[in-house]
Amino acid sequence: MNLLLIIAVLLGVLVTARLLNVVQLASSLSGEDKDETQARHDKWNGIGMMTFMIAGLGLMIYMTLKYQPFMLPEAASKHGKETDFLLNINFAVIGIVFFITQIALFWFVYKYRHSASRRAYFYPENMKLEMLWTIIPTIVLSALIITGLSSWNRITNDVNKGDGMVVQVYGYQFNWITRYAGADNMLGKSNFRLIADDNPLGVDVSDPAAADDIMTKANEMYIPVGQPILFEFDSRDVLHSAYFPHFRAQMNCVPGMTTRFYMEPTITTAQMREITGNEKFDYVLVCNKICGVAHYTMKMKVVVVEQAEFDSWLKGERPVVPAPEVVPAQNNQIDNTVDNNEAANAAV
Amino acid sequence: MEIKENIHAAPAVSHDHGHGHDDHHDHHQSFWTKYVFSTDHKMISKQFLITAIFMAFLAMGMSMIFRLQLSWPNHPFPFLESIIGKWGKGGVLDSGFYLALVTIHGTIMVFFVLTGGLSGTFSNLLIPLQVGARDMASGFLNMLSFWFFFASSIVMFASIFIEAGPASGGWTIYPPLSALPQAIPGSGLGMTMWLVSMVLFIVSALLGGINYIATVINLRTKGMSMTRLPLTVWAFMITAILGVLSFPVLVAAALLLVFDRSMGTSFYLSDIFIGGVPLDQVGGSPILFQHLFWFLGHPEVYIVLLPALGLSSEIISTMSRKPIFGYKAMIGSMLVIAFLSFIVWGHHMFVTGMNPFLGSVFVFTTLLVAIPSAVKVFNYIATVWKANIILSPAMMFAIGLVSFFITGGLTGIILGDSALDINLHDTYFVVAHFHIVMGSSAFFGMFAGVYHWFPRMFGRMMNKTLGYFHFWTTLICVYAVFFPMHFIGLAGVPRRYYTNTAYEGWDGLININELITVFALLAGVAQLIFAFNFFYSMFKGPKAPQNPWRSNTLEWTAPVEHLHGNWPGEIPEVHRWPYDYSKPGAKEDFIPQTVPASETPESNRPGDH
Repeated sequence: MNLLLIIAVLLGVLVTARLLNVVQLASSLSGEDKDETQARHDKWNGIGMMTFMIAGLGLMIYMTLKYQPFMLPEAASKHGKETDFLLNINFAVIGIVFFITQIALFWFVYKYRHSASRRAYFYPENMKLEMLWTIIPTIVLSALIITGLSSWNRITNDVNKGDGMVVQVYGYQFNWITRYAGADNMLGKSNFRLIADDNPLGVDVSDPAAADDIMTKANEMYIPVGQPILFEFDSRDVLHSAYFPHFRAQMNCVPGMTTRFYMEPTITTAQMREITGNEKFDYVLVCNKICGVAHYTMKMKVVVVEQAEFDSWLKGERPVVPAPEVVPAQNNQIDNTVDNNEAANAAV
Repeated sequence: MEIKENIHAAPAVSHDHGHGHDDHHDHHQSFWTKYVFSTDHKMISKQFLITAIFMAFLAMGMSMIFRLQLSWPNHPFPFLESIIGKWGKGGVLDSGFYLALVTIHGTIMVFFVLTGGLSGTFSNLLIPLQVGARDMASGFLNMLSFWFFFASSIVMFASIFIEAGPASGGWTIYPPLSALPQAIPGSGLGMTMWLVSMVLFIVSALLGGINYIATVINLRTKGMSMTRLPLTVWAFMITAILGVLSFPVLVAAALLLVFDRSMGTSFYLSDIFIGGVPLDQVGGSPILFQHLFWFLGHPEVYIVLLPALGLSSEIISTMSRKPIFGYKAMIGSMLVIAFLSFIVWGHHMFVTGMNPFLGSVFVFTTLLVAIPSAVKVFNYIATVWKANIILSPAMMFAIGLVSFFITGGLTGIILGDSALDINLHDTYFVVAHFHIVMGSSAFFGMFAGVYHWFPRMFGRMMNKTLGYFHFWTTLICVYAVFFPMHFIGLAGVPRRYYTNTAYEGWDGLININELITVFALLAGVAQLIFAFNFFYSMFKGPKAPQNPWRSNTLEWTAPVEHLHGNWPGEIPEVHRWPYDYSKPGAKEDFIPQTVPASETPESNRPGDH
């Protein structure tokens, strides 16, 4: 970082110094031949363009390498590996185009600086060239469109496969609640008019499908590794977006409309801690659609575990429809999330 | 009425009596009619430009305040409290006001600076002068256009000072957030003022746009066929058409939002439980708003970009002393971009729950935009190839525009690919992308235009040395600010977060955030240099020669002293296209459009037009 700053500052100083130089030149030349002043401007600015291009591209490569570790680690979902691969191909393609065009642009500007003894090459058009650089991008883009779309169709069609474990992710200002569909893998109906302190999701308890639904206690979500999951997203108030950066998964939560996303986690939290070498690593679900003053605090820990561990964890969570003998006094979801809302309340 | 009078009066005055003409007008043109309620397109263009410069400084100042918070989260900066008062208690920016700043920054930059400032300034200045017209088709509507723009700027500016703060739901004002004051304080009076301001703005854009189109179609001088129009005029006309077709849809979206906010309708609202009570409004869909918004919102990107591309085409050709490569392909690509811009809006909505099949259609149309864009870039590069380039500050900014257009355009290929957008949607990668391709590109086009046509506007030259200094600091700073945002986005940091350290995995990025802020502050200082150069040169700059860049286009044949009616005698006739630079055999390296082929037998070639 420091090195980077030093390089950046040096670049700035160089340019400033050169410009001050030009200032002096210009003032000493004032009254002299104007063409000569412009010729100096052209020369120095041309050199500046060239320097900027070389230094810029160099810094770009340097920064990309340097900041590699801070980017998202390995994708932790099946489709995420596929889209990461696709992303890298895309980066390779645009990288090549980027280097060719930027180098050509700045190099030509440097090379073809003005000279009074020369005329520009009168070259208004060339149909063949135009066709060439229409057709080549078309072919390249077709390839990108086809690979991108086939990936997209697979990811979005999986929603209809019917083999995913249904998990509801429910967003509200400014937190998340998770509900598991239970043995029947069907969520009980819900209605926003039924929302109450002891029923934060507005679940219709008379719906038989709700009987085995399970809601999480704390502000965290467990999901089993290697098991397809069908997320159903809902929102209570405004738009939210459920973004799981490590799973390369994202879907908006829209009040009045259930949205879905299907994915299969492939790496447990424990394994990811080894991969990243960070024993405190945790997956996260963040809100990625502006939703109010405490938008930035709206997140939830996601824990990926082996199936057995998941099953035993789920047993400890409470059913949505309370069994008569259980006293649900301490299980008030709203109370549990008050702490997370502190920032929001303070701001309001 | 007054226009007509001037138009009839103007031809009667000969070249030699230019001053007499001015005096003649001074006596029935008071300060108010000359500088304030002016119907002269040249004055209106200056009004737009200067209003936009003030708005740009306002929006830039806002970005600096929130950049401080992003790189030094919750660190007290005591001076903040003296600037923004209760929103900066103890020198720490309030998280709600942070969102307000982000919202107003975006709104002002996109609409007031890069739409009003760019189209308003240069369409007004250049369309009549370059097509050879005495003024706009309707000078009165043109005046109204500015005054609606000004009124809308005032309303937007005033909204900053209200107690609950200005609109703060993001510049895209997605409901339900923007519809419910319970959801965010900015959705109260602040949002109302935002909507009022935008409706006024759209009135202005429509009055302007209709005028630009009418002028280009009807008021071209003799010989000025459509294929002899400079690319600037083509760009302005296509931009105006885009605006006229898409802005009304935003009015519709805004109107329905007003109904939802104040009259209890539910176009965008359904199943909402907020503030401890369920709302009565059911049956609407927030997605509807997004469709309506982006039906304007996406063409808006090209409303911002096309004029900048038009300006740079003209400048690159003139300063390269070489015809623009592929004149017709340049027009064609602009038309294709304009057409496609209407059918790509869904790429803003891949993960909103829109039908994935619809998403794939939008992927297809979106990536198609890359083809005409690539053609434009290659044509620019072919234009500077074997050229004879004079690096005036305007030319430097135009080259900068092309560089940004490449950098930002290429990342658009990734974001337009829905499978990749799942992970990058609404992250800093998007912020980097559009700030480079739309923000910086368009800004550089605007700067290029100001440096190039300043002599035409004010009859004086800007200082070149300061211009170069402005260019270099801005170019370096802009790349240093926006390029590293790609890394932040790839690390998964969402945009519009009050702190970028909300998740432990992003803590390692704080250095990049500091780097960005330092360069953003530097960039701000560089803009002060520009402002100084601009206002100083307006009064003290050296007098401009008739045709300082030895350019072919018509605006340089009009006298340096401004006349209402542009040309004192007959309007010049046009005999050729505007890009006869360095024509083999010609005496000079440029042949103005007014020179007939009969005077240049030595350089005429088959296929000239």
